[in-house]
Amino acid sequence: MARDGGVSCLRSSEMMRVGIGGMESQPLDLDEVHVLAVDDSLVDRIVIERLLRITSCKVTAVDSGWRALEFLGLDNEKASAELDESSSFRQVPVVIMSSENVLTRIDRCLEEGAEDFLLKPVKLADVKRLRSYLTRDVKLSNANKRKLPEDSVPVNTSLPPPPSPFTISPDSSDSSPPMTISPESSDSSPPLSPLEISSSPLSTPIDDEDDDVLTSSPAPEESPARRQKMRSPLD
Amino acid sequence: MDTLVSQLQRQFRDYTISLYHQGFLDDQFTELKKLQDECSPDFVAEVVSLFFEDCEKLIGNMARALDQTGNVDFSLVGSSVHQLKGSSSSVGAKRVKGLCVTFKECCDSQNFEGCVRCLQQVDIEYKSLKAKLQDLFSLEQQIVQAGGRIPQVDI
Repeated sequence: MARDGGVSCLRSSEMMRVGIGGMESQPLDLDEVHVLAVDDSLVDRIVIERLLRITSCKVTAVDSGWRALEFLGLDNEKASAELDESSSFRQVPVVIMSSENVLTRIDRCLEEGAEDFLLKPVKLADVKRLRSYLTRDVKLSNANKRKLPEDSVPVNTSLPPPPSPFTISPDSSDSSPPMTISPESSDSSPPLSPLEISSSPLSTPIDDEDDDVLTSSPAPEESPARRQKMRSPLD
Repeated sequence: MDTLVSQLQRQFRDYTISLYHQGFLDDQFTELKKLQDECSPDFVAEVVSLFFEDCEKLIGNMARALDQTGNVDFSLVGSSVHQLKGSSSSVGAKRVKGLCVTFKECCDSQNFEGCVRCLQQVDIEYKSLKAKLQDLFSLEQQIVQAGGRIPQVDI
């Protein structure tokens, strides 16, 4: 069984647009990033929450993938049916946090479409780095948009296998082209991809032990995932 | 003249350094301190307190699982060890984390005696760390009460 983490961020405006429950009404701050942090460890939840708050993210922390779905309003048949049509959730970046520094697994998660990978224990510098490319004015061009396996959505990349229609096909990795983000885009861009961080067990394809998956979006000159791989294992 | 504050500050500095040098704490504890500020002045103390509660709970789970003589579910023990390893890593409890690595290996190889030994060691270790951190936090309080600032200690 896996003990993985992940982070999802939604801009407040994004959250309201897709009708996320539990949002108190407030003036829209388009630069504010709302992170959904999922981790089954209370200690880790507290730490990641603080890390994110200190880097000016709004944070909602939940203790399981199911609660994450609940929070996102995706925990019912109707929502899942509507989800296929909506592109908003497909743009939610998912970042995985894990203590396992296994390159094959990290690669797999990146291939499956996760945005970034944070090796646990997560440090302030890791979260700052994440934050810095979230607030850049970036645009996902349609051509580069992640192709997802049928019936799967990015928010579930790091979640336990829910009942259909959210099942993630184990063979999906080949069909997912890498996502590119072009920071130079200056025209009226769609809102920045929301980001989800979750620390819940990975879906079965990747999982047998604790697989932490963090994927980083291929930001220019940066390869956060590569940099992470260079870090020496903690153990 | 060596004031009370400077004495306490020196004690605090020396004690902190020794905790790192003796391997009780690692870099991640330093990271936690970065997250503490005027708005969250007790952040570290709160997190470690949660950690020690976690230790108690998980060690209890492991003990119960190991107590099922002849029918020990090593994967259950292993899963608690994994959780403990994770949270000890997150707070910088270096020795506890190190013991968890060994403990996990014993679980994976279904080594009952090894597991029992590891459980005892983990129990001793987290309690020892708890006592030391309580002393450290107490020193901080004394410094503040004596009107001083808690020094930044570079390891």
